[in-house]
Amino acid sequence: MTSVADERGKQVEPAARRMITPHDLIMFGAIVLFGILGPLLFPNYTFQIAVLWLMVLFAQTWDVMGGQMGYNSLGNIFFFGAGMYICAVTQIGLFTDVGAFTSSTDQGTFNFTPDQYYIGVAAGLVFAAFGSSLLAVALGWIVFGLRGPYFAIGTLGIALGAGELVGAWEWVGGGGGIPIPVYPGSGDGKSFFYYCLCFGAAMATFIFLKWLYSTRFGLAINAIRDDEEKAEAMGVHTMRHKTVAWAISAFFLGISGGLFGNMTGFIEPLEVAFPAPTFGIFMVAMALLGGKGTIWGPVIGAILFHIVKEATWTYFLGWQWVALGVIIIVNIVFFQQGIVGWLQEKYPSWFGIEVEERSSSAKEAAE
Amino acid sequence: MLDNLNLLVLAPFLNVQLLVDGLFIGAIFALASFGLALVWGVMNVKNLCQGEYVIMGGYFAWYMGASGIHPMLAMPVAAVGMFGFGWVIYKMIISRVVEKDMFTSLLATFGLAIVIQQALNLAFGPEVQVANSGYSTHTIPMLGGSITVAEIRLYSFLICCAFAGCIIAFMKMSRMGQAIRATAQDVRAAKVMGIDTEQVFAFTYALNAAVCGVAGVLISMIWVIQPFYGITHSIRSFVVVTAAGFGNFPGVIMAAFGLGVAEQFGGFIFGAEMQQVTVVGALLLVLIWRQVQMSRHRQAVQ
Amino acid sequence: MSNLIEVRNVSKAFGGVVANDSISIEVPEGQITGLIGPNGSGKTTLFNSVVGYHPIDSGSIKFKDKEISKLRVQQIARLGMLRTFQQTRIYGNMNCIDNMLISVPHRKATFFDMFKPYPNELRDKAEDLLEFVGLYEKRKLASGDLSFGQQKLLEFAMALMNEPEVLLLDEPTAGINPTLINGLIDRLKLANTEFGITLFIIEHNMRVIMNMADNIYCLAHGELLASGTPDQIQNDQSVIDAYLGAH
Repeated sequence: MTSVADERGKQVEPAARRMITPHDLIMFGAIVLFGILGPLLFPNYTFQIAVLWLMVLFAQTWDVMGGQMGYNSLGNIFFFGAGMYICAVTQIGLFTDVGAFTSSTDQGTFNFTPDQYYIGVAAGLVFAAFGSSLLAVALGWIVFGLRGPYFAIGTLGIALGAGELVGAWEWVGGGGGIPIPVYPGSGDGKSFFYYCLCFGAAMATFIFLKWLYSTRFGLAINAIRDDEEKAEAMGVHTMRHKTVAWAISAFFLGISGGLFGNMTGFIEPLEVAFPAPTFGIFMVAMALLGGKGTIWGPVIGAILFHIVKEATWTYFLGWQWVALGVIIIVNIVFFQQGIVGWLQEKYPSWFGIEVEERSSSAKEAAE
Repeated sequence: MLDNLNLLVLAPFLNVQLLVDGLFIGAIFALASFGLALVWGVMNVKNLCQGEYVIMGGYFAWYMGASGIHPMLAMPVAAVGMFGFGWVIYKMIISRVVEKDMFTSLLATFGLAIVIQQALNLAFGPEVQVANSGYSTHTIPMLGGSITVAEIRLYSFLICCAFAGCIIAFMKMSRMGQAIRATAQDVRAAKVMGIDTEQVFAFTYALNAAVCGVAGVLISMIWVIQPFYGITHSIRSFVVVTAAGFGNFPGVIMAAFGLGVAEQFGGFIFGAEMQQVTVVGALLLVLIWRQVQMSRHRQAVQ
Repeated sequence: MSNLIEVRNVSKAFGGVVANDSISIEVPEGQITGLIGPNGSGKTTLFNSVVGYHPIDSGSIKFKDKEISKLRVQQIARLGMLRTFQQTRIYGNMNCIDNMLISVPHRKATFFDMFKPYPNELRDKAEDLLEFVGLYEKRKLASGDLSFGQQKLLEFAMALMNEPEVLLLDEPTAGINPTLINGLIDRLKLANTEFGITLFIIEHNMRVIMNMADNIYCLAHGELLASGTPDQIQNDQSVIDAYLGAH
């Protein structure tokens, strides 16, 4: 007689995340509270907290593919950069000639009026979101026949290649980059404005994904993660689901790129727009730290990662990048399930996971 | 770009020059790719810090050159040093990810790549370095122009060939080589037959690091090294192994030559600053080609 | 009585090994058809060809008079032809209910259906089918933690959830506790009579297949050796020889 080794059986998340547990509400309330109070209590760190929300967004969007669907992308940062450039080009291109502006003949002389600025940002973010999604759909044709390591390497290649290609494209400023239109107001006003947008984007992503995972879509991408061949044999539209999942990642990443470009005020391809070795790997590390494939894991992982990083970075005296690599290795080798994954195993009831004791009648019926 | 193409048509000797350079470079790519194919085939680890091992080997040569010792002599030092380093890394990290899913090994070695890059950066600074071998360069008149062949390139080509010969002989004749080939076919069967697979894995991984180290010594003399250039070498190895398949040693050599030549032509036509784009473009082309190939059999590339 | 699946002169070779050599098979609607043969006789290869897992070298495969040999696995599955695997395949990290829900038929699914929640009727249906195969008590357990036999039952329930017209089963009783086999045979027969699903079964257990099938095909060395009713097959000298290895 074959039988399950442990008495309780393993806990799984899918059933749980279809409903909202009290713990979900408490956590969400705490995060919203921090989002509102954070910049009021620590006004000097508004920029840092805004970046924190972008990190939360990064980890969540990576997890759509990596955690929920089992397609580990190392190149999602491509959509961040694509969104940044699409947003910048829209902001400039709506009111003046992009080529002239980026080649710096116009930069000193052309001033955006406040109306032009806000219209530009709004339109830019919309274009960034949809433009990135379209790019994801197009790239999906190229990479979705690849599995496992090939997918990871292929996407990494796309991100690395994109940085170099944009660097050679003079119309968008080439390697020299583009200055973004200046915010028409005070520095504090700017940081508050973008703080609200970043916080809103991260929360919108969270709520959207929470809803998305409760639909058929959530189950389908989990099925693809567990056994794609079986899903195909059962007639699941795997290509459709994969493409949509990537497009959704790209949608929010595009927005985050547009926001980050405006916050820094100057964009260039390698360090700011397509930083595969920094932000690109951060998003993977954060999702893994928190626990991939869970709804809260990426959020918690990103918050922890960013706070620890910001608090300790300066004390490493140049060794911080080495430390980052070590953290990734330790995380992946020794603590693969991540914080939330670990908690879920210890305290399943927190996550609304019902586990039934194995009754004798069940044994009889099945064996 | 079109000007450069035009130039190639007008001056045929340039083609020969690029071809020769490509073959010389390709021989070195073949070494590093062979290491990856070995590790991939035997223990199913996708080693993403392949390029970093190459660069580490290069720094052996550069450091010894800078200290007044001829960089060629760095080759045995780098081989032994990297072998030891690879063994330690295997025992510390790789042995714990061998059994896990493939993304784990990929990401763990990616983390390792970051550590090595940054440590090299802290130790030697971010400057681009060359190990000066002091060999002369010859010019051979041909096809209405003249092609230049640096002696060091010729030597490194010959060393690559000799090294490859040694490895093949080792894999065929020695007890360890046979154990490696047996393990590559079926780990469990090898274990049952009394092969210490743990030992075989450690040796394979260390051998890979040593081979990369040797490749790095040669790269540092005929090309340039820099702490962050590793990733391009890693991608090159992946291109070659993906194109050839990891059980196919002659295929790896041919693909490496092909990539070397393609890169030389790409660099000439699109400009030297587009070199990484050429490599990445080659990667995407190979991946697309593999997908088309597999989809004829209704399979995915995995 | 029409034929649901018509395989005509299908050949398939892997490298130099001819796994199927010009095989013709018919699966009549509403019946249970069996496929037997010694190990390596090409049964699973034929299954894989029929469901579109790999392209065939020559011949034609028709499902409801529609040529499907050029279609892909998913398209064929959405036409209503489903297969289970010899090495049972389920979604191991999901619980049984979720395994069932994801198996609802996808043939009519439009693009926006993927953003809909599952209605309660489907959940009820999933639980009913789990009850049918005897897994109701385990419905909230991760399916990867079920025993091998239970996983086979789950895979069978998932296939029923998909409401296929024809179900191709690859050794449904292999690895199942002998005391459970009778229950499984009953359920397979019920699936055929109650749910109206045509069955096409690869089976090594002679008692099982002789008991269930209306019609049996026997393969050996990639060729069709014999076909007929269970009685005819049982008394066919060439089949007996093939199984005893005299050739």
